[in-house]
Amino acid sequence: MVVPMASTFNPDSVFAALADATRRDIVLRALTGAEGVAQLAGHYPMSFAAVQKHVAVLERAGLVTKERTGRRKVVRTNVEGLRVARSLLDEYEALWRGRIERMTDLITSMEETVA
Amino acid sequence: MTVTDVRKDPAALTLTVTAEFDAPPERVWQLWADPRQLERWWGPPTYPATFTAHHLAPGSRVEYHMTGPTGDQPHGYWEVLEVEPPRRLVFRDGLAHADGTPDDDFPRNEGRVTIEPLEAGRTRMSIQSRFPSSAAMERYLGLGMEEGLTQAVGQIDAILAEKGAAR
Repeated sequence: MVVPMASTFNPDSVFAALADATRRDIVLRALTGAEGVAQLAGHYPMSFAAVQKHVAVLERAGLVTKERTGRRKVVRTNVEGLRVARSLLDEYEALWRGRIERMTDLITSMEETVA
Repeated sequence: MTVTDVRKDPAALTLTVTAEFDAPPERVWQLWADPRQLERWWGPPTYPATFTAHHLAPGSRVEYHMTGPTGDQPHGYWEVLEVEPPRRLVFRDGLAHADGTPDDDFPRNEGRVTIEPLEAGRTRMSIQSRFPSSAAMERYLGLGMEEGLTQAVGQIDAILAEKGAAR
């Protein structure tokens, strides 16, 4: 399957960006695109600057964009980016491939121990 | 590579992974039935699992936690639905709060494990994972669940390894 959007996403930065609970929460809240950085900052027990940094990481990863609506700038999740980056079934496939690889290693190593 | 087939059905929200092992079904069953063996493959290397309750019987609850690199301990559980050694295991797999109560913010998925003998002492195992609804998938997509997160870590490792090899 060819997903043209995928080429604009760097897996390194996308997964690093999502590997933080606050950033995952920001991604969720920004789905509605109703809040700016200052309002988002109000949800977390951390400084405005810290939240701003989290938003910047997400922005660099292509997971959120800042949009101007009237006089305000709101943070909006790039849903397409999220879909491309984290297709559930793809993740589950990779998860089970990893598990099966470990199962195989386990069977092999235990046979060697017995032999 | 022992994975022989992967089927994704986005409409039915199922993923089926089939693998073959050079061992008899009884041996493959032990990977699930012996918690000490299960611990060696359930969690990714960065999030090894510890099973604190493990009795495979219908209606039984299996409990585990994983320990992450920073000491974080996501908890999980299975609700065991069907057990037929060494052929079949059906369970619901969910995440839990630290006290063990189900964390319903995260979707549970149903896992159906089928183990069947092949010729020459080999075994085919298929695992079907089914998610309850696309809404649950959407939530997963937004929140990421520990499994997904640890998988992401695994993918980063793989990417780094590739880069290292390319140098």
